Order: sequence, then structure tokens, then C-alpha cells
Amino acid sequence: MDLATLIPVLESTIRLSTPLLLACLAGLFSERAGIFDIGLEGKMLIAAFFSAAVAYSSGSVWIGLLAGIAASMTLSAIHGLASITFRGNQLISGVALNFLASGLTVLIAQNWFRQGGKTPTLTGNARLSEWTLPFADSLRDVPVLGPIYSDLLSGHAPLVYLAFALVPATWWVLFRTRFGLRLRAVGEAPEAVDTAGVSVVGMRFAAVAICGILCGIAGAYMATGLQPFFGKEMTAGRGYIALAALIFSKWRPWYALGACLLFGFLQAVALRFQNIDLGAFTVPVQVMDALPYILTVVILAGFVGKAIPPRAGGEPYVKER
Amino acid sequence: MDKMPAWADAVLVPLISILLAALISALVILAIGHNPVEAFSIMVKESLTSSRGIGNTLYYTTNFIFTGLAVAVAFHARMFNIGGEGQVLLGGLGVAVVSLYVPWPHWTLALLGATVAAGVFGAAWALIPAYLQAKRGSHIVITTIMFNFIAAAVLNYVLVNMLRPRGAMEPASGAFPEPTHLPTFQEMFSTADTVMFRSAPVNVSFFLAVFACFAVWLLIWRTRLGYQIRAFGHSESAARYAGISPVRITIIAMLISGGLAGMMALNATMGEAERLVLNASEGAGFIGIAVALMGRSHPVGIFMAALLFGFLYQGGLELAFWSGIPQQLITVIQALVILFTGALDNMVRMPLEKLFLALRKGKA
Repeated sequence: MDLATLIPVLESTIRLSTPLLLACLAGLFSERAGIFDIGLEGKMLIAAFFSAAVAYSSGSVWIGLLAGIAASMTLSAIHGLASITFRGNQLISGVALNFLASGLTVLIAQNWFRQGGKTPTLTGNARLSEWTLPFADSLRDVPVLGPIYSDLLSGHAPLVYLAFALVPATWWVLFRTRFGLRLRAVGEAPEAVDTAGVSVVGMRFAAVAICGILCGIAGAYMATGLQPFFGKEMTAGRGYIALAALIFSKWRPWYALGACLLFGFLQAVALRFQNIDLGAFTVPVQVMDALPYILTVVILAGFVGKAIPPRAGGEPYVKER
Repeated sequence: MDKMPAWADAVLVPLISILLAALISALVILAIGHNPVEAFSIMVKESLTSSRGIGNTLYYTTNFIFTGLAVAVAFHARMFNIGGEGQVLLGGLGVAVVSLYVPWPHWTLALLGATVAAGVFGAAWALIPAYLQAKRGSHIVITTIMFNFIAAAVLNYVLVNMLRPRGAMEPASGAFPEPTHLPTFQEMFSTADTVMFRSAPVNVSFFLAVFACFAVWLLIWRTRLGYQIRAFGHSESAARYAGISPVRITIIAMLISGGLAGMMALNATMGEAERLVLNASEGAGFIGIAVALMGRSHPVGIFMAALLFGFLYQGGLELAFWSGIPQQLITVIQALVILFTGALDNMVRMPLEKLFLALRKGKA
């Protein structure tokens, strides 16, 4: 495989990794604070719809992005209400929200645009434009590094760069600030945080809200950048792949970047090559589809290093009386 | 001391939750510019007022009984089997293999063989997540979700590369041979003069589902194993202290759960499609979660919840046809039922508990 075939695959890896990475970091904030979230999929889906719908109607992708974030945060608020305020089962709440998003998006889309659950294709300012990095054109002729810079790294939507910049930012917030320390503590030993006079409920709502914002950006990127429209069920299990990546990365930001790039690469390869001929045998496309999930199960099984979730994850916090 | 009388816990709380879900569903219908009363009457008319409608309703009910029981058995052992969808797909594969490759003399034997195959395939698909939960502590919710996706990939591969008849484009198996055809209600209940249940897919596996309800009740409340499962679900440490092996109970409960989910394929694959198609489960594995939550994991409750969802499903499909409200309305209602009966249970329960406590104080 030479550079000319490799670069398009890697370029598509970056595009496909972006929503995974954003959703994965969203889950990271939530789960580090002790709130399991299998509703990443639903939040992305509803954000994808509202961002595309509002971007189409208003003609501005940025207003669309805000609408997507607002929609995603609404689901986050319900998740918080159910799992923090009313101490319900976080997993069941997540499942319910996924279905809610899956149903509501089609109902509203049909009512709004009458195109069978789709939005019209976005054009002009309603789409995310692509950023060309400085000197991308003049450096293209430099051997090896030129194409990597100009074709691979340059020419993505701004949200792509944002997603990758969020990795160090997340690391810094979680591991270098007081807020991050408290957030992680709430996920490990909420009673200790409570004793220290910090509100467990407040910290957890903050984490769930951040999760909503990031899922909103992820969904908006899918419907205004990756594709220029919203289609029924367009997230297609990406929320679950992000969840898999989160476990695969053992709830750590830099590992999350690696896991999302790996899973994005698998998607890119499956998209481009279908069945892969390795000479002796062919790898069917279904194996590529299933590989993220299989890898996650292997990691979960603890055969390749153990994935230990935050200790208080999934447990509602009850103040002792 | 119980805060509430038993009847309030078993009937009042779910009833209020469902009313809340219904209220919001009505608001959703209103918001997309339709009349909820009109929509409801179309649903009732198309699903409950003709034998054809009832036949369709009972067909979906059969699916939801199996998947609801599957989720419920796991709930009793305090596990959340979200992998019903994958277990149904594998159950369908088991049904297809025995229906296609075994020369059955009569449908009764074919049904027996297919039941075993569906159960074994479904249970086998639940075995790895169960083993990983029991032995390695991998969270069953995550592993069963992953196994749903892996099942979809497996089924896709098998259908495209192995079971698809030569020359066919569609990823589906060939039609099952005639002796595996299960009698439908139309064939069973029609007389020479009147045709009942015309062209409704409901078939003999409905009775199997009703029997499964009874069997699960017997298992959970009348056997030693059932007692152990419930004890384990209530308190793992107490069960361990009583000499109940957590590994054994986890694995057995998940095997039963997966087997029940797999058996749904009898109805959908053998009873209706009479061949294996790509998406044989049609989301019934997930609806089982709503059914089990609403039915409080009790077979009687599950039967009634499955009837309600059968009505919603059939009514929702007809509603989409007659009024143009997309069938995703069913998904929204399903989501609201799961949300209110499952996650927001305390929102209904806490004020009620306060109310009953106040009433009791007033009497004393």
C-alpha cells in the first residue's frame, strides 16, 4: 500500500473518528463522575437532527450547532433528573432516552419536512465549511510530508480540530484542576466529596451537562459536516462504538484518542475495501464491522489488561441521615 | 414496615407511570399536528375490533411475551439483559438450520426440534456475557450490547455467504420446507362458513408463549432454583452466605433468559416469515425491556404488558397507514414507558409513599 492509497483512508479515519471521539469524551466526563451513560447514541442522534433542521431553516450552521447542543442537553437533563434526583437506574434511563431520540427525530422530521424522516440537503452557510491550514497549498509538493500536511491534516471542518484539541483539554481539566479532581472523586467516593462540603448532586449534574454539550457537538458534526443532511437513524450505533472506545481506553483521555482513531480506522477500511483479500484468506466486511465490539469484549474480559470502571459508577448517591 | 400496601406497589405505581407515559404520548401526537383521540380510536379499531386485527395484535404479543420473559428472568437475578435482540437473531439462526436441514415428518415434531434449537442458540449467545460477568466481572449490560452488534454481523455473514440461495440478491435464507409450516389461527379457528383471523400471522406459537409464562412462574416462585435466583437478586452477599454459588446462578439465569429470547424466533421466523431474514427481531428484543419493566417481572404482568404492546404495535402500524403519523410513534411510546416505569419510578413512588404514610398517621 503506497502513500497515495493510504492518505484517503487515513483522511477518512480522521473524519469518522471525530464523532466517536467527541461522544467518547462526553461519556468520559459522565462516567468519571459516576453516571453511566448508554444514552450517548440518542443524544448524538437528536443533536444531529436538530442541528441539521435548524441549520437548514436558519441558513446558519452555527445556529444549528447551538440547537443541536440544546437538544442533546435536554436529554442530558432528563438523564440527570432520573439518575441523580430520583436515583433511578442509569442504564434503563439511557436505554429509554435512546429510543426517545430514535422515535422523536423521525416524528418531528416527518412533520417538519415531509421527506420520510430526512431533512433537506444543506447548502452554503448551513454546512460546515472546511478549513485549509496555512501554507497547505504551497507545501503540497514537498515529498511525503507535503501530502500528509496538505491532504491529510488540512481541509477538515473546524469541529474536527476542536475534537482533537479537546483531548488535551479534557486531560487538563480532569487531572490538573480542582473541578476535575472533585469530578473524579464524585465517581470514586462520593461520600468523601460530600464530607468535604462539595455538592455531589451539583458535581454530577455538571458532568452530565458537559456530556450533553459534547454529544451535541458530535451529533451536529455528523449531520452538518460528515454528511450534509439528517437521515433516519444516521448515528447507526456510533454512540455504542464510542461507549466501547471509552471502555477500551479504560476511561482515560489520551487512550480514548487512540481507541477512537483505531475504531475510526476500522470504519474507514470497511467503507473503502469491503472484503479484504490477504492472499491466503479474505477478511469479510462483517468482521470489520464487528471488530470494535469484539475488541471491547476482549478488553472487558480482562485478557489484555483490566478495564476497571469508576468505583461509584452506576450507583445513585444517598446522603446518610 | 412497608410504606405502602402491596396493591399500591403492584398496581397503582405502574398504572400512574403508564398514565403519565400516555399523557406525554398524547402531547407528542398533538405537537405534530394530529388529534390524539382520533389516533387512539384508529388504533383501537384496527387492532381490536376485527378478528384480523386481533390476530395481528396477538402475533406481536407472542414476540413480546418471549422477550419480556427473557428480560424478567435476568431481572430476578438482578441482571439487565439488554442483549435480547442478538439472542433473538441467533435463535432465528437455530430455527432456520433445523427447519432447512432436517427432514421433519410433521409440524409438531418440527416445532419441538425448532424450540430446542432456538433455545439452545439463544442461550449459547447469552453464555459468553454470562460467563464474563460471573467469572471476570465484566459488566453484563455492556457485553450484551456488544453481542447484539456482533450477532448482527454474524447473521449478516451467514445469510450472505451461506444460507442465501444461489442467484438470490436479498440476504435471506430460502423458504422453509412445507412440513415445518406452523398452523395459523386462521387454519385452526375458521369454519367452513366463516373465515376467522384472515391473513393474520398469529400461529400456534402463541400457545407456546402462554405456556412459557406459566413455566417461568413455576420456575421463579415454585422451584428451588427460582428461589436461589430471587435470593441472589435480592442480596448477593446473603445468597453467598446461604451457600448459593453466584457463578452458577448468574450463568443459569442468563442461559434461561437467552433461551427465552431465542424462542421468539419460532413465532417470527418459523411462524410468520417461514424463512430467515436479516432483521428478524424487528426491535422486539428491546421492547421486551419495556414489557418486563411494566409487568414488574411477573409472568401475569408480562402477559398483560405484552398484550398492550401488541396493541400499540399493530395499532401504530395501521395508524401510520391511515393517518400518516410515522410508526416511530411506537418507539416514542415505548421509550416513555421505559422511562416512567423504569428510570423515573421514584418520581411516582416517593410522593405516593408520603401520601400513604400521612393517611396512616391520620388513622392512628
